[in-house]
Amino acid sequence: MPLDPSYVGRVFASIEPYTVGIEKIREFAAAIGDENPISHDPVAASAAGHHGVVAPPTFAIAAIARYQDRVVFDPSLGLDFSRVVHGDQRFVHHRAIIAGDVLTCDIVVEAIRTVGSNDLLTLRSELSGADGQPVTTGFSTLVARGTAG
Amino acid sequence: MTAAATTAPGMTAAGITPAGVRPEAGPLDPPLLSSLTVGDALPPAEYPVTRERLVRYAGASGDFNPIHWNARVATGVGLPDVIAHGMLTMALAARAVTDWAGDPAAVIDFSVRFTRPVVVPDDGLGALISVTGTVAALDPDAGTARVDLVVRAAGVTVLGKARALVRLP
Repeated sequence: MPLDPSYVGRVFASIEPYTVGIEKIREFAAAIGDENPISHDPVAASAAGHHGVVAPPTFAIAAIARYQDRVVFDPSLGLDFSRVVHGDQRFVHHRAIIAGDVLTCDIVVEAIRTVGSNDLLTLRSELSGADGQPVTTGFSTLVARGTAG
Repeated sequence: MTAAATTAPGMTAAGITPAGVRPEAGPLDPPLLSSLTVGDALPPAEYPVTRERLVRYAGASGDFNPIHWNARVATGVGLPDVIAHGMLTMALAARAVTDWAGDPAAVIDFSVRFTRPVVVPDDGLGALISVTGTVAALDPDAGTARVDLVVRAAGVTVLGKARALVRLP
């Protein structure tokens, strides 16, 4: 089933905030084998000029996922999640994510395309801090294999 | 397939000079932008990916898609075996950059395409992901270096157009 093209441009406004915990950053860093003290030790982070331990660059996906799920699993969009693979990913960090951040995330449906027999969905995720300033912009393209043919 | 057999040729070739001067020689001291030249190589890195790491990453990231831990489900959807999370491969590629740059906050823009799955067999060895990076562009006015990465597993590239923009002193 093709994706509903009327979703392009639609904004899914943020739900409740994602609070970035120090132990979640440590857990994420440990899971990728990253022992950089700036991601584990508040003293090391402070010495490097940060107000909290710093998340690895791809940690943003952990914060974005719950917001993207609202779009991906919207039944009216028509995405067959059992056939979805991740096509591409980009993070633009306006500043680093640090422990203690209280983030919100608006999701914008950037594009819906058909390439061959695949449906492509591109989402833009705008993570903002408690002060309303931008933190990270994520771009994700999800590919539903064979659903367009 | 064993981890040893997946080591890509050339990843540990002699003559690769790590990019940049580290005047203090500490692990957290970033290379100076002024010391870099386009074409400089980052220190090559290799990361073993076992089933245990996939489970840990699933918990840490919240991505519990069973194709990343359940062989029955993975083969049921046509995959050869359990595969790594694409975002885990991306995270390991980023590690090669942040280990070099010193500060994870230095990476201000990072993008990849997921071109091939990383198959992780349950053989105690798993897969081996190798990352090489090259300084591809320097912007002294912006204080940034662009690093282009080649990320391989089992002898083939698994990420396309893997690029990081890194802010350096």
